[in-house]
Amino acid sequence: MDFSFTEEQQMIRDTAEAFLTEISSSNAIRNAMATEQGYEDEVWQRICGEMYWQALHIPEEYGGLGLGYVELVVMLEQMGRYLLCSPFFSTVCLGANALIIAGTDEQKQKYLSQICEGSLTATLAYTGNNGQWDASAIQATVASQNNDYVLNGTYLYVPDGHTADLLIVAVRNEGSIGEHGISLFAIPANTPGVKRTWLPTMDQTRKQAEIILDNVTLSEESLMAELGNAWPQLNKVIQLATIATAAEQTGGSQQTLDLTVAYSKERVQFGRPVAGFQAVKHQAADMMLRTEVARSAVYYAACVAEEAINGGPLAGELAEAASVAKSYCSDGYFKNAGDAIQLHGGVGFTWEYDVHLYFKRAKSSELFLGNAAFHREQVAKMLLD
Amino acid sequence: MKLSFSQEDENFRAEVACWLTENLVGEFEQLKFRGGPGDEHMFPKERKKWEQKLAQGGWSCVGWPKEHGGRGCSIEQQVIFNEEYARAGAPGHVGHIGEGLAGPTIIAFGNKAQQQKYLPGIAAGTELWCQGYSEPGAGSDLANVRTKAHFDEEKGKWIINGQKVWTSLAHESDFIFVIARTDPKSTAHKGLGFFLMKMDQPGIEVRGIEQLTGTSEFNEVFFDEAECDADDIVGEPGEGWAVAMGLLGFERGVSTLGQQMQFQNELNQIIAIAKENGSNKDPVIRQRIADAHVGLKIMRYNSMRMLSSDGGSNKETLIYKLLWSTWHRDLGELAMDVLGPEAEILMSAPYDLTRLQSMYLFVRSDTIYGGTNEIQRNIIAERGLGMPKEPKISIK
Repeated sequence: MDFSFTEEQQMIRDTAEAFLTEISSSNAIRNAMATEQGYEDEVWQRICGEMYWQALHIPEEYGGLGLGYVELVVMLEQMGRYLLCSPFFSTVCLGANALIIAGTDEQKQKYLSQICEGSLTATLAYTGNNGQWDASAIQATVASQNNDYVLNGTYLYVPDGHTADLLIVAVRNEGSIGEHGISLFAIPANTPGVKRTWLPTMDQTRKQAEIILDNVTLSEESLMAELGNAWPQLNKVIQLATIATAAEQTGGSQQTLDLTVAYSKERVQFGRPVAGFQAVKHQAADMMLRTEVARSAVYYAACVAEEAINGGPLAGELAEAASVAKSYCSDGYFKNAGDAIQLHGGVGFTWEYDVHLYFKRAKSSELFLGNAAFHREQVAKMLLD
Repeated sequence: MKLSFSQEDENFRAEVACWLTENLVGEFEQLKFRGGPGDEHMFPKERKKWEQKLAQGGWSCVGWPKEHGGRGCSIEQQVIFNEEYARAGAPGHVGHIGEGLAGPTIIAFGNKAQQQKYLPGIAAGTELWCQGYSEPGAGSDLANVRTKAHFDEEKGKWIINGQKVWTSLAHESDFIFVIARTDPKSTAHKGLGFFLMKMDQPGIEVRGIEQLTGTSEFNEVFFDEAECDADDIVGEPGEGWAVAMGLLGFERGVSTLGQQMQFQNELNQIIAIAKENGSNKDPVIRQRIADAHVGLKIMRYNSMRMLSSDGGSNKETLIYKLLWSTWHRDLGELAMDVLGPEAEILMSAPYDLTRLQSMYLFVRSDTIYGGTNEIQRNIIAERGLGMPKEPKISIK
């Protein structure tokens, strides 16, 4: 047993940190978040061209680096820490994961290699308007017509849904409920009948969109997994994305702590740095506890995710590990971000200081893929029913 | 990262489990799940006998080096041993102060003679130890020790005067290790000595402290011209603080996974009650039970990080006491809320508590002993985050 990073993993972390410090400065974040697209093309091209991050965990046969989910999580933690504005999460943690888990060989060959080349962005759309994150969220429908499939419905809260080149969409057979009758399709965003609208959000660092499918007609080759029976695969994709989100949250928790400690050491009141007051120290200590505990949850979940994708004895723990990590990290990040504002005092309330960016990301990431209460209820079902 | 154990370690696990199943029977059956925190006053004699049984089987002091009478187990094997020990419901170690604190200190800082004199009794489970650190005026401010030691040239012995408090199992112990001031003019952590003393002597008196549980695991220990052999000071006079604190650097948390197994037993009991009395349908209780489960799971992952790092001042280690003590305190409250009005009803008069009642009350000490949560937060902020210490204010 060895629950520590390998040298290679440490190197990935250090490289990510160094590069993100350069490309995701406060100015860069603010420039990107003010746009509808939500990221700078140049930054995304550098990530794909120079760093090859988008290909990190994609299998080598499709042009990827073939590294594991632990390496991906190491990277995501740093992206959350530096609030990277890019289509990385949607393309890799939603799009590529869905292709890896549920894509046909042809779809993998075609789309994963384009993602690796940096020429394709992607996302996953499954949530309708009922505010849920489980199978009941899927409201869009599919009907068979001759040899084609006709898709109709509306998706909300789709990450980068207005900019992604490829949409992985979840639909259900008309009249089906719950986990039954679910199918997955991979469709280019320019397919006729797809209408996409940017939804401006309070957290400007991560963009969301509404997607309407209006009699979108698809052939067999767009179908992923098994028609009407794709919930197990989709569920796995959602759980993997949940762990990825928790990793970003952990990085955010760390940064709110670091910003707060640094500020409290500079800020002098009553003739001494406020960092010396126990009222401040004790809150900072609690912030560090929440950060370290989040990290423990996320690193374990990353190991589980790795085995869920590539096989191993921990594969069966995926649902639990995802809910354990997301419930803790959601509450922890939000609490840390709120405390960071409080401990910054007045300047924490300004637009100029970065703390509010984290406070807003903390809430949007908490809500995304189910908040802490939702994930605790998933755990409760395993224990109590 | 690799989360699984090797085949060799899994074989070791089977060996431990098998030995425990075969031996935790007969007269020892009654000790199952007993003697843990909050229950340490129960069956001390029988548990001592069990400790000797362990020693005969080669299962005492498994982490000590072989040349000192231990089993020389790797960190992984120590973890496995602790897990299986708790899983089997084997009783709380009545000799844990000797095995976990006195022994390792003597191994690290003691001389050959001290090692030969004291280690065999600990390893054999025949001699119990207690810890003389806290004093009425030295709780969180542990360095404020007032107990004095001076060397009596005529007797050729150290003479100790003063008082220790919160000494667990002092009334059952054969020996005590004591920090006392060898330089009467010194203050704080300077000028202290670390002494190994026999309990059974005229100069030492033990009085139990009646706790809010109605029981007494903790004691006061009074020293009135108590004697300590000249050879039984560990390190030089004045080096006592370094010896006392040296141990903290070695702690990598091998016992934490066993402790978590006990927590798991408690949580399992609470879940069983919730299913039985229908509170498993209450949405608030569901959230709280799930939260307890989440907390315990992550505690385990955190311990695995502690065990895989080089211990000591690592951040995941610094937070651990605050993490588990707060979690356990919340579990006590959850237990009562799941029980509902039944939570109030005693086993019997005058004050015979159920196991969960006892746990609920005892956990209020978890956030105090071994460094209060407030002290933990200071340590985290100062060592983990480099925040300044409070300025000293002198009181005249």
